Amino acid sequence: MPESRIKSHPILPDTSEATLPFYWKDQQFFARPGEMLASALIANGVQIFGHHPKDNSAQGVFCANGQCSQCMVIADAVPVKSCMTPVHAGMVVHPAEGLPKLPDIPFQKKITPIPTPELVVDALIIGGGPAGLSAAIELGTLGVSTLLIDDKDRLGGKLVLQTHRFFGSSEAVYAGTRGIDIAKKLEEEVRSFQLVSVWLRSTALGIFEDQSVGVFREAEVYTLVRPKVLLVCSGAREKSLAFPGNTLPGVYGAGAFQTLVNRDLVRPCNNLFIIGGGNVGLIAGYHAIQAGINVVGLVEAAVQCGGYKVHLDKLVRSGVDVRTSHTVTAALGSEHVEKVIVAEVDKHFDPIPGTEREVPCDTVLVAVGLDPVNEFIAKANLVGLPVFSAGDAHEIAEASAAIFSGKITGNRAAKFLYKNDHPIPDEWERVEEILKSKPGKTISESVVSATKGVFPVMHCSQEIPCNPCSTVCPRDLILVDESDIRHLPRFLDEEGRDCIACARCVAVCPGLAISLVDFRKSSQVALVSLPFEMPETSLIIGQSVEVSDTDGALLACLPVVGTRKVPGYRNGTTVVTLEAPADIATRIAGMRLIHPTPAQQFDEADSNPEVLSDDAYICRCERVKAGEIRQLIHSGVRDINQIKAVTKASMGACGGKTCLSMIKRMYQSEGILLSEVTETPSRPVFIEMPISILAHCANDEKVGE
Amino acid sequence: MASLPSYDVIIAGSGSIGTPTAFFMAQSGLKVLVIDPLPSNGQASNKHAIGGIRATHSDPSKIMLCTESLRVFSTWQETHGDDLEWRQGGYSFVAYEPGVEKTLKDLLALQRSLGLNIHWLEREELLDLVPDINPLGLRGGTYSPEDGSASPLKASYAFYVRAKQLGAEFHFNEKIVDVETQAGCVNRVITNRGNYPCKYFVNAAGSWAAEVSELLAVSIPVRPDAHEAGITEAVQPMFAPMIVDIRERPGSANFYFYQHPAGKIIFCVTPSPQIWGFHDQDTSAFLPLACQRLVEIMPKLGNLRVRRTWRGTYPMTPDGNPLLGPVDEVGGYLLAAGMCGQGFMLGPGVGIILTHLVTGNLTEQERVCLQSLHYKRDFSGLEKLK
Repeated sequence: MPESRIKSHPILPDTSEATLPFYWKDQQFFARPGEMLASALIANGVQIFGHHPKDNSAQGVFCANGQCSQCMVIADAVPVKSCMTPVHAGMVVHPAEGLPKLPDIPFQKKITPIPTPELVVDALIIGGGPAGLSAAIELGTLGVSTLLIDDKDRLGGKLVLQTHRFFGSSEAVYAGTRGIDIAKKLEEEVRSFQLVSVWLRSTALGIFEDQSVGVFREAEVYTLVRPKVLLVCSGAREKSLAFPGNTLPGVYGAGAFQTLVNRDLVRPCNNLFIIGGGNVGLIAGYHAIQAGINVVGLVEAAVQCGGYKVHLDKLVRSGVDVRTSHTVTAALGSEHVEKVIVAEVDKHFDPIPGTEREVPCDTVLVAVGLDPVNEFIAKANLVGLPVFSAGDAHEIAEASAAIFSGKITGNRAAKFLYKNDHPIPDEWERVEEILKSKPGKTISESVVSATKGVFPVMHCSQEIPCNPCSTVCPRDLILVDESDIRHLPRFLDEEGRDCIACARCVAVCPGLAISLVDFRKSSQVALVSLPFEMPETSLIIGQSVEVSDTDGALLACLPVVGTRKVPGYRNGTTVVTLEAPADIATRIAGMRLIHPTPAQQFDEADSNPEVLSDDAYICRCERVKAGEIRQLIHSGVRDINQIKAVTKASMGACGGKTCLSMIKRMYQSEGILLSEVTETPSRPVFIEMPISILAHCANDEKVGE
Repeated sequence: MASLPSYDVIIAGSGSIGTPTAFFMAQSGLKVLVIDPLPSNGQASNKHAIGGIRATHSDPSKIMLCTESLRVFSTWQETHGDDLEWRQGGYSFVAYEPGVEKTLKDLLALQRSLGLNIHWLEREELLDLVPDINPLGLRGGTYSPEDGSASPLKASYAFYVRAKQLGAEFHFNEKIVDVETQAGCVNRVITNRGNYPCKYFVNAAGSWAAEVSELLAVSIPVRPDAHEAGITEAVQPMFAPMIVDIRERPGSANFYFYQHPAGKIIFCVTPSPQIWGFHDQDTSAFLPLACQRLVEIMPKLGNLRVRRTWRGTYPMTPDGNPLLGPVDEVGGYLLAAGMCGQGFMLGPGVGIILTHLVTGNLTEQERVCLQSLHYKRDFSGLEKLK
C-alpha cells in the first residue's frame, strides 16, 4: 500500500521517518514515533477501521479529537479510540468488527483498593489551547498555583493545526504570527512558571458533588483534583450536518482533517469537497491545497460565505469552485465516499428539487460551525465550584480572541482568589470585543492608478480585526486606526517617507492580500511582488504563471523574475516577484501555481438518487436516523429525554456530543421554539474510561487459571 | 349534590408506577388523568433504574406483585408489539463467604416454599453459567432463571403511549398543589393549572410521595436515599443473569450488575451507610468504588470502559417494602408509594392490583397483599434482600 504522508510542506518542517513497526491484521506497517494510531493507519492507506455493530456500516475517522469513538479499533486485544492511542512498536491492531470481545485478565484472590490520588490546587484550567495557555500565563504571573490539563499530547489546542498567520492585533495577540508558532510562544511562557503545572494526555472526566474534578492523568492514573477555582477553556466542538451517507468513512469534521494534514502530515485523500464557507472551511481548503490535495469544490448554504473575504479570495484565486446557496444533500459510496450530491437551496436552506448535481470526490469535510464545549461550566455551577470560562468554551470566536479572553479570565480568576490587586482595564474588554467581532462590511476595492515609485497595494476590502501590516512597516507608512483595528489599512503616500520595498507587509499579511508594486525601473513594466505559501518545488524562475485579481479573475500569464525571503518572515512565506504590464500591475492579487484539477463540472445527477433526508444519521454512535427522530417530533415529543429513551440517540459512546445539537436544529427546522424543548442533563464521564484505571487496585496475589 | 367527577382516577406521577397503572386502569375502561410536574413520562427516578426485574424476593406480597410484572414484561412484545428489551437472563446472588452462603441458602428455602423457581448452583455450575466470574473463593450461588431485565426507558414509553391510546390523559409540567376532600373522600385535585374532580387519587409520586401525601394530611414514612449507577461500552455477550454480590465493602453494601442484550454492562451500588436526601449530583467516590467491585468479581471487566454514570433516588420505607392501597383517613386516596428502588419491577403488578381495587375485582390473594403492605403496618420486619 502506498504511504499517504506529506513529505514536503511549505510551512511545516519535515517530521521523523516512519520507523515504528506495527501490525494491521496480518500486514506490517510503519508509524512515526509518537504517532497516533488513527493517523498511522490513514498514512498506510487504511480508511475503514471497522463496522458498526448495529448495522454493519463502515466506520472510520470522524473527529480525530478523542470525542466521537467512530475510529475505534482493537489494539493489543483491547478496544481503543485510535485517534488518541499512540502506536508502540509491535502493536497488533485489528478492525473493530461488530462488538469487541474482551481479553482475559488473570484472576486475583484479593484486590486492595488504593485510594484515588488527590491534588489540591488554587486554579485548575481545563484545556491548553489559546485561551487556557493565556489564562495560565496570567495566573503564573500573579503567583497562583495552577494546574493546566489537556487531553492531547502537546499544548496549543487547535493552534497546533493552524499553519496560517493570525489576524487580530500584533500587540495583543501575536497577529501576523502563525498559529503553530503562537502555540510555541505561549507554551514557552507557561513553562517558565514554577507555579504552573501541566498535565498532557489528561482528560477531565467529571465534576463531582464535593467539587472535585476527576482527571484521567497522563493516560495512566485516575486523580481527583480539588481546585479553588475552575477555568473552563475547553474550546469548541464541531456542528455536524444531517445528510444520507454522513457516517461514511471519508466524511470528516474540519478539525479531523486539519489534525491529519497539519499536525500529523498525513494525506487522507486526493479530492476534497468542503461543506461550509466560514473561516474553518475556507482555511481548511487552503491548508489542503498547501498539502497537495485537490479541492474539488466548496458549498455554503448562505447567500455568501461567512468567513473572512481574504480567506475566500485565497481559495477562489487557487481555482476552487465555491458555490453559495448550495448544500450537500448526500454522500454516496459503498464503504467510503465516492461522490457527493450537491443542490441549490432556497432561502429556508431547503434543497431546490431539480438542482441536484453530483461531484466525484473521496472526502467530504464538514465545517458548518462550532458549539462551545461548555458542559463543565454548567456542572461546576450545579455543584457550587467557582468557575470562569474563556475562549470558545465561553463564546465561539476566532483564536486570536480566545488568547485575549484567556488573559482577561486569568486575571479575573486571580482576583477571585485575592491574588490580583489590579483592576482589569476597561480597554481590555473593548479589545476582546473587537477581536471577537464578525467580519464587517466589504468596501469595493478601488484600483490604484499610480505608475511611479514603489508602494504596497491592499487587496483587503473587508472590515476585520487585523493590523500586522501597520505594525511591521519600518517607515510607519501603513495606517490602521489603532482605536479600532477593524478599519481597513491605508497606505500613506507621504513626501520624504518613501516605501523602501522591504515587503514585510507582503510577507506578514495573514490574508495574503498585499502586493508590492514597483515602478522605479519603468513606468511601463512593473515588478509585482506577491506572497507565496505553496511548495517551493512548484516555483521556477523564468516560468510563466497565471495571475488573477483579488476575486480570482485571470489577468495574464507573467514571468517569475525573482524570489526572496523577508527577514523575520522566513518561516514558510516566500515573496515572489513577477514582471507585469503597468495597466494590470496594481490589480494583481494572486497567482495560480498549483493547478487544482479543474473542479469537475458539477454533472447532473445520474438518476434520482435513492436517498432520503430521513436516512441521514443523527446519532452516529447508536446509528439513529433523522426519520426516527422527526417522527417523534411530529408525534408531539418536546422532551429530548424522551427522544433519547425511545431511540437511544445520545446514549452511545460520545454521549451526545454531535447529535444533541443536531436534534435541536431539527426542532428549529420544524418551526418549534427551543424554549418549548426540554434538554437532557449532562452526566459523567466526559470520555469513556477503562475500569481497571478507575478501580486503581493493587494485586496482592495473582493466580492464573 | 356535588357535580359528577370528571375522572375516575387521578394519578400523581408518571413514573415507574404511575404510567403502567394508568395503562391498566385505562384498559379496564376507567377514565384516568396522570399529572406530573416534569416535561414527560419517566423523568424522575424511572430513567435512573437499571432495569432488573425479579420475583425472587422474600416477602409474599412483593413476590406476587413482581410475578405479575414478570408476566407483563415477558409477554408485552407479543401482546402489544413494543420491544421493551426484555430478556429472561435470570438472577444470581453469589457467595464467596460462608456467611453469605448461609444467608442465601436460608432464604432460598423460604423462597422455594413460596413456589419460586430458584435453586442453588454449586461453584462449578455457577462457573458454567458465568464463566468469567472470579472462581477464587467462589462457593456457589442462587439462580432464578425466570427473572430478567428490561429497559425502563422503553417500558415507560410503551406504557405511556399505550395508555394514551386507551384514553388516559397525561398532563406534564403541571404541579398538584392541593387535593380537596368532601365528606372524608377525595373530591378534586387542584393544580397550578386547573381543578379536576375525581373519585380516586393515586399517590405514585415516588421519592416525592410524602410531600404529596401531606396535601391530604396523611403522613407516610417515605424518604429518598441516593444511589448511583453506571453503564459501560458494549462488548460481546459474556453472561446472562443479573449478578448480585451482597458482601459488605467499605462504602458499599450490595453490588449488582448485568449485561444488557446490546452488550453494555450496567452496574449499581448500594451505598453503606445510606445517603439520605435528594442528591442528584455524582459523587467522586462512586466510580472508583463501583469499578473496584466490578474487577473484584469479574477481573476481565478491567479492560472495559465506563461510558456513563448517573444518580437517582430510592423512595425508602422503614422495612424496605412498599406502601400500597387505601388509607384510613381519606376515602378514595390510594397509596402506591415507597417502592424502595424497585418501582420498575413492581410497576405493572401494582397497576394491576390497584385497577382491581378500583373496579372492585380484588382477589383474595390481592386483598391479603394489600393488607400486608398497609401503610400503618408494623415496620419492624426488614426486607431480607433489597
